[in-house]
Amino acid sequence: MVSLSEFLLSRLEGDMISWQVQREAASRYKQTIGQIEEEILNAGFLPARYQRNRKTISAAEQLMLFRSRVTVIGCGGLGGYVLEELARLGVGQLVAVDHDVFEEHNLNRQLLATIAALGRFKADVAAERIASINPAVEFVPIKEAFARENSERLLAGSQVVVDGLDTIGTRLKLSSVCKELEIPLVHGAICGWFGQVATQFPGDDTLEKLYLRCTEDRGMEKIYGNPSFTPAIVASLQTAEVCKILLGRGSLLRKRVLCLNLLAMEMDELQL
Amino acid sequence: MLKITVKLFATLRHNRFKVAEHEYFAAPTILAVAEELKIPREELALTMVNGVLVPVEHLLQDGDTLSIFPPVGGG
Repeated sequence: MVSLSEFLLSRLEGDMISWQVQREAASRYKQTIGQIEEEILNAGFLPARYQRNRKTISAAEQLMLFRSRVTVIGCGGLGGYVLEELARLGVGQLVAVDHDVFEEHNLNRQLLATIAALGRFKADVAAERIASINPAVEFVPIKEAFARENSERLLAGSQVVVDGLDTIGTRLKLSSVCKELEIPLVHGAICGWFGQVATQFPGDDTLEKLYLRCTEDRGMEKIYGNPSFTPAIVASLQTAEVCKILLGRGSLLRKRVLCLNLLAMEMDELQL
Repeated sequence: MLKITVKLFATLRHNRFKVAEHEYFAAPTILAVAEELKIPREELALTMVNGVLVPVEHLLQDGDTLSIFPPVGGG
């Protein structure tokens, strides 16, 4: 049998390897889809699924993403979209933390909420969805609530943490743990037509400033709820921040918060 | 008279306004302006004067722009 690299070389199309070949290589050489993906990227080639990334994200950067680990806390409105976008982007390791099951009131906005998923754990449904999109991703579903006690285990080895939580108290706990563990945190929050995004690096006090005066665990969303489009846009802005942190590119929403008003179609930036 | 520009954001605009100019005989605190607008204290998540984060007890000066943001916490 020819070596794996010879096998891949003989099946190159331009500098790309198709999904079919990637899958065939995995079964022939008894490796995971992820291991084959790393082999392809290491050799300077590109899995064909990423061809529309390439003028935005180079092949070398695609390898950086593949070698990255991101933890998403919450698999609801924000977390569902963030996980989907990170998997399509090609981030190699995703940890998804949520102890909840899908309920009917999630159907209006949560990407992973389907009728078939009602009553099932969000983290399990996320795992199936990600496997159906990008099996190169090593996906770790964790059916636990985020708490200080399990935080070190949940966040171990992650380059970035994404806030997909829906309570203020837990957000502040997550923020404090991320600072202790020196992991950047990409914050997002939504309420009706409105949302906010910010990126906190260790040493910044962004979330403390945002929620300094909040005595209640929930914001105005307790009255206004959330429609379908607000989580999608806020999650996409969060994913763009994660991508830039992992690649060390662009300008981040650091020490500032972007406030979105989709009713007036306004975006305001506040310096914190 | 002191002139203060008040800007409201997100849900705070409901049944109120986006931006308005208020006049006062004496320097009011942010809390006093909020009370006048019937904004409950728990809805004053971020209060900024001329772009700088300040406490609700802050005394406003002539020409100040006060921006008020409510708490947003859903996910």
